[in-house]
Amino acid sequence: MLPLTTGYFAGYQPMQVLFGLFAAAALTGAILIKDRNLKGMLWEALAVSLILMLGTYLAHNTIVNLANRKIATGFDFLDREARFEISESLIPYSAASTYGRAMLVGFLNTLKVSILGIILATILGVGIGILSLTRNWLVRQLAGGYVHFLRNIPVLLHIFLWYTAITNLLPPLRQALSPVPGIYLSQRGFFYPVPEPATGWTAALYGLIAGVVLAVAATRVARLRQDRTGEILPTGLVAILLVIGVPLIAWLVGGAPTAFSVPALKGFNFEGGTSISPEFFAVFGALSVYTSAYIAENTRAGILAVSRGQIEAGRTLGLSEGVILRQIILPQALRVILPPTTNQYLNLTKNSSLSVAVGYPDLVSISNTTLNQTGQAVECISIIMLVYLATSLATSALMNWYNRSIKVVER
Amino acid sequence: MAIEMTGPATMAAPAGAPRDVIGWLRENLFSSPLNSVLTLISFGLIVLVVPPLVRWGILNAVWTGGLERCKAVQGTGACWIFIAEKYRLILFGLYPFKEQWRPLLMTVVLIALLAASMNRAFWRPWLGLAWLLGYLAMGILMWGGIFGLAFEDTDKWGGLPLTLILSVNAIAFSFPLAIALALGRRSDLPVIRMICTGFIELVRGVPLISVLFMASLMIPLFLPAGVDINKLLRAQAGIILFTGAYVAEVIRGGLQALPKGQIEAADSLGLGYWQKTGFVVLPQALSLVIPPMVNSFIATFKDTSLVIIIGLFDLFGSARLAANDPAWRPFYVEGLLFVALIYFVSCFSLARYSRYVERLARQGDQR
Amino acid sequence: MSAAEHTPAEAASGPIIRIEHLGKWYGRFQALKDVNLAIARKERIVICGPSGSGKSTLIRCINKLEDYQEGTIVVDGVTLDENVKNIEHIRREVGMVFQQFNLFPHLTILQNLTLAPVWVRKMPRKEAEALAMRYLERVQIAEQAGKFPGQLSGGQQQRVAIARSLCMNPKIMLFDEPTSALDPEMIKEVLEVMAGLAREGMTMLVVTHEMGFAREIADRIVFMDKGEIVEQAPPKEFFANPKSERTKLFLSQILGR
Repeated sequence: MLPLTTGYFAGYQPMQVLFGLFAAAALTGAILIKDRNLKGMLWEALAVSLILMLGTYLAHNTIVNLANRKIATGFDFLDREARFEISESLIPYSAASTYGRAMLVGFLNTLKVSILGIILATILGVGIGILSLTRNWLVRQLAGGYVHFLRNIPVLLHIFLWYTAITNLLPPLRQALSPVPGIYLSQRGFFYPVPEPATGWTAALYGLIAGVVLAVAATRVARLRQDRTGEILPTGLVAILLVIGVPLIAWLVGGAPTAFSVPALKGFNFEGGTSISPEFFAVFGALSVYTSAYIAENTRAGILAVSRGQIEAGRTLGLSEGVILRQIILPQALRVILPPTTNQYLNLTKNSSLSVAVGYPDLVSISNTTLNQTGQAVECISIIMLVYLATSLATSALMNWYNRSIKVVER
Repeated sequence: MAIEMTGPATMAAPAGAPRDVIGWLRENLFSSPLNSVLTLISFGLIVLVVPPLVRWGILNAVWTGGLERCKAVQGTGACWIFIAEKYRLILFGLYPFKEQWRPLLMTVVLIALLAASMNRAFWRPWLGLAWLLGYLAMGILMWGGIFGLAFEDTDKWGGLPLTLILSVNAIAFSFPLAIALALGRRSDLPVIRMICTGFIELVRGVPLISVLFMASLMIPLFLPAGVDINKLLRAQAGIILFTGAYVAEVIRGGLQALPKGQIEAADSLGLGYWQKTGFVVLPQALSLVIPPMVNSFIATFKDTSLVIIIGLFDLFGSARLAANDPAWRPFYVEGLLFVALIYFVSCFSLARYSRYVERLARQGDQR
Repeated sequence: MSAAEHTPAEAASGPIIRIEHLGKWYGRFQALKDVNLAIARKERIVICGPSGSGKSTLIRCINKLEDYQEGTIVVDGVTLDENVKNIEHIRREVGMVFQQFNLFPHLTILQNLTLAPVWVRKMPRKEAEALAMRYLERVQIAEQAGKFPGQLSGGQQQRVAIARSLCMNPKIMLFDEPTSALDPEMIKEVLEVMAGLAREGMTMLVVTHEMGFAREIADRIVFMDKGEIVEQAPPKEFFANPKSERTKLFLSQILGR
């Protein structure tokens, strides 16, 4: 008790007293002084000194507590050996790797589930949003039911439902279901064939990239030509042909390989092919389906925000329905849809932190394990918060810039 | 196709066209080839999904009897006796079995107060008093220790009452914080504005789970040696801070929606900042934000389910507890569905209420 | 009859719009009852009547913004039916100006004008822009070409909307209460543009409550009530000597006498 109290007096107490005195002085001044500007500055001084007082108090307590519990501080642990396995990783990792590398593995897993989730959520959400606006009564009801059912159940419950459904309702590995030959569903995960590595496949991959680049270029050229001559070329069709055709030709030129590595039950596990873990699938499925309900609502609201008069004006000018959709409805609807949808993307990324509940090794799970092994709670939680904060801020900065650039000017 | 979707603006029905079943079907399901295809696909989906669900959930399900009957249908039928067997545990967690009337009564009081607060006619000063008395009564019921009630510490609290306590407290206590943050973010004083903006953006940028980890693992480090706050309170504090940042943004939305003329009018009357804020700005802004506030409450209500990760047994946590019994373990899905149903009914009715308030406000504007 | 087949001889001699036995229902409510109307080339018609009388619905049927259940409409020799080609052909020939302007808020004034020439007439951009500038000058708003609709006053927006229709070089112009959403001081600038069009010999159908404009410009005034044409006459006769009681009542309300 004695060293603690002396420590208390030795380091921090005078600073707290000092800030306390500052705060008291600022408060008295703010109440007594009539000058508006000065008053405002004194209120600010009060706020700052109170925060500093609280901050130094907490910092002091933390240092004393950590010392008492013999917990190290600082980020040195990131260079130490982690000594735990991670079930799935995008980069080489073993128990001998460092904590720092483990965290990187976790972050990449977070990115993987978030990006794939965002893609599926967008496809589902936009589709359901459009369907909820058709004149078809049955389709409208189904779309509405989908949205209501998903939105009103906590996302964590969704994750558990998916996970439990996979692990409890699917058969064990050795009796895996096989709806299509070569594809197996079991409570230990999903197994499916992948192409054996071959030059043809590599060529096809590069062909795909080349196809996309060519499609973009072709659209550009067509647009410039239209500006010059007025001629309207079928850009959409050409783009699709390029994106499909170029990789196909590359694959054929590369020898048209057809060998697949097909999973087959050998002993206690599948060999060949590749697999999706139940943990990943539960998090991915639950997050994308849950988020799609919100995106569907955004899409619906965005399309409804384009007034009927806009479509009528387009028709009156003799524009075809396709041109009205591309040049009038979509540009306006997107301006309404995008900001809340960006928010949903961020929410999905933040919700991926719930992976820890089913054991998908995302950033939070790995940090949690690290925290339990090292006891360095402050550092581990700071890392989680900083990574998410940086991701969120970067995304919102990007989206704000984009939103400003497409904002409809009004007086 | 997207263009005809702007709603049923033109309905073709010649004079005296019979609005019979066939007419309705043609108009709503088969008005065009595309429409017919959509209808058929929907039917296909329904046929694909509904019969297996009905078979599993109703026809093959076990409604009475014992565990053996459940074991027999495992995988092909639902075992609803799991719910019948464990509903007390799911609803009230580890609260002593004989004393469970106390959390039940507390839940009834809380729901009654919430229901009363939803009715505009009851928005009178006495409602505040009722809430104060209600809180006192609920505290006595849950903790006990007087009036001959046995003392029950917070580590025994669980189930639906815990979920309700966490979410209602979160909204109630985050409200003053949120008002301060929202006003601060719109303040003329740059330092105050920076502090408030920084706090709001920081909290909104990180996942709730990290805030809960902080509450459960870092708060003990922040406190002087020997001082300890129990886990429930720490989690509650974390949820309040988290909710505060989101509610602050909702309130800021209300402040921004306020017509400029209102503030100019208050300025022209010579009101000071606090008078202007207290008598003119806040009352109007707050009544504007009631519907989004209800939505925040729904979000918080769902979010409290995350406390399971730091080891509290809310509604969802206690369902998991129930499935820990090895004999019943295979029937966890049934328990989860039961919990999902409770969440769904609560959130769906709250969402309906929010839309009702919104409609009411719009009608008020038109008058 | 398809768009391509129509005989120019018939088109040149007969009425440019022929509406016969037109009937339209919204559910059980009958919005138009047996409407018959023939409009000659260069004729200027003002349609008036109490609100809900079906006058807007009538002109919205002419370019098929509204479906109708009975009767036929023939525009410039082309029958308006379910054939998309015919509908698009007629829409290219018929310009329309709305009460709410309906400019495209995400496009500049210039882009608003060039959109249809570029996508429908397949005009090179330079040419379309030159055309657009000519019409903007004509409605005296050329200096605003780079702005967005939201930055313009109501009167300016409506003039842009008229110019946008003119860019498609229509044979007929429909005006659906073009001045009803405008502040009083802006009505005049829009009516002046419309009067200019009339002087140049444009075939015009105007739904409006501006009786001064009707008296000055119209060749014929059509009065509608409850979905029917109650009476039609040249302005002098219409104002001096209305035949039906309903017309008298309407005129007394709108002219305050």
